[in-house]
Amino acid sequence: MNDLLEYTLRLGDDALIAAQRTGEWIAAAPQLEEDVALGNIGLDQLGQARSLLQYAGSLDGRTEDELAYFRDEREFRNLQLCELPNGDFAFAMARLLYFATYQHLLYDELRSCADETLAGVAGKAVKEVAYHVDHATQWVLRLGDGTEESHRRMQAALDALWPYTAEMFASDDVVRQLSVAVDPSTLEEEWTRRVTAVIDESTCERPTSSYQHSGGRSGRHTEHMGYLLAELQHVARSHPGATW
Amino acid sequence: MVTDAAILEAVGEVVDPEVPVLTIADLGVLRGVRHEGDEVVVTITPTYSGCPAMDLIRHEVELTLQALHVHGRVETVLSPPWTTDWMTEAGKAKLTDYGIAPPPGTSAPAPFPPSQSRANAPVLLQLSIRCPLCGSPNTSELSRFGSTSCKSLWRCNSCREPFDHFKAI
Repeated sequence: MNDLLEYTLRLGDDALIAAQRTGEWIAAAPQLEEDVALGNIGLDQLGQARSLLQYAGSLDGRTEDELAYFRDEREFRNLQLCELPNGDFAFAMARLLYFATYQHLLYDELRSCADETLAGVAGKAVKEVAYHVDHATQWVLRLGDGTEESHRRMQAALDALWPYTAEMFASDDVVRQLSVAVDPSTLEEEWTRRVTAVIDESTCERPTSSYQHSGGRSGRHTEHMGYLLAELQHVARSHPGATW
Repeated sequence: MVTDAAILEAVGEVVDPEVPVLTIADLGVLRGVRHEGDEVVVTITPTYSGCPAMDLIRHEVELTLQALHVHGRVETVLSPPWTTDWMTEAGKAKLTDYGIAPPPGTSAPAPFPPSQSRANAPVLLQLSIRCPLCGSPNTSELSRFGSTSCKSLWRCNSCREPFDHFKAI
């Protein structure tokens, strides 16, 4: 697989799997406005995923639907952070804070890369993701600095997801050799600064876990990924070639 | 032979299915027309990456080309990214009449500084959004996300009516 295809799949799969989890909140969020907000955020992520998977598909002769619906678990390149089950609302907001802050920094760099399509997608997405970061930030502050119970849950969520954050910044031959790619290790310092500023202000403690999971970029996923894909893919696989 | 100006004028009349008072020309979604061999290519750009109206808009533009007997296709471009600055003044006036507060004059480069902690951040002042129903500037934001990607949800503190605002991006 060539590096550009591999890199584009990473970006696209992150967005696709994040969109699937975000979408699960629709009609299940704690208030009506939040249903609407998460619906919109999921739609932004899905839009980014479609643009990226269309581009990936154009590189090896597949359609976005073939990539989304007819690849198996080991062929997906997304971060494990994106695929973890939703948990409670604090968990969703902690994940959105970690992930959207990462996406914001990444897209901000990528929009000036030499690949016109990737730069175009990133230039579009960076403005959308700024709204996602803001939304997550507001909730982390409100829950962390809220009641005893909301603080406890916010802290638990920040801690539980922390071991899945290092994978975002892992560097490898693909990002080092591909000139248009952003080496994510260059984003870690600024990401940490932004995220810990929010955590500090929320009155939560900075997570301290040193153990870090890895494997998503090479297709090794958590036990939750298969169930997610079953839901995402079963209609397309039950009725291959169907259109509506 | 149909001129480019005539093609632009005709496809520019296609309306946004979510906000049917606005045409794609008003919105700035229609980017242009060019020729590739004997084919006419109309370019459009989405307001947001995931805008679900794009498929219908593309289809309507194709139907308009067919009605003009023009051999052509529609191409979606992402760059330069759409901004509310591209909305025409006529479009903004139509939005207000329809009950949606139009975007402010210029789009902010970023609506908030995500890099800074709230405590030390400069306070961003935004001109108040006027209620499209009674005109009062005394309004408050209920949610940054509204009925579609491009809108946020507001309430007028004077007439108490909720309304949509086409948010700056």
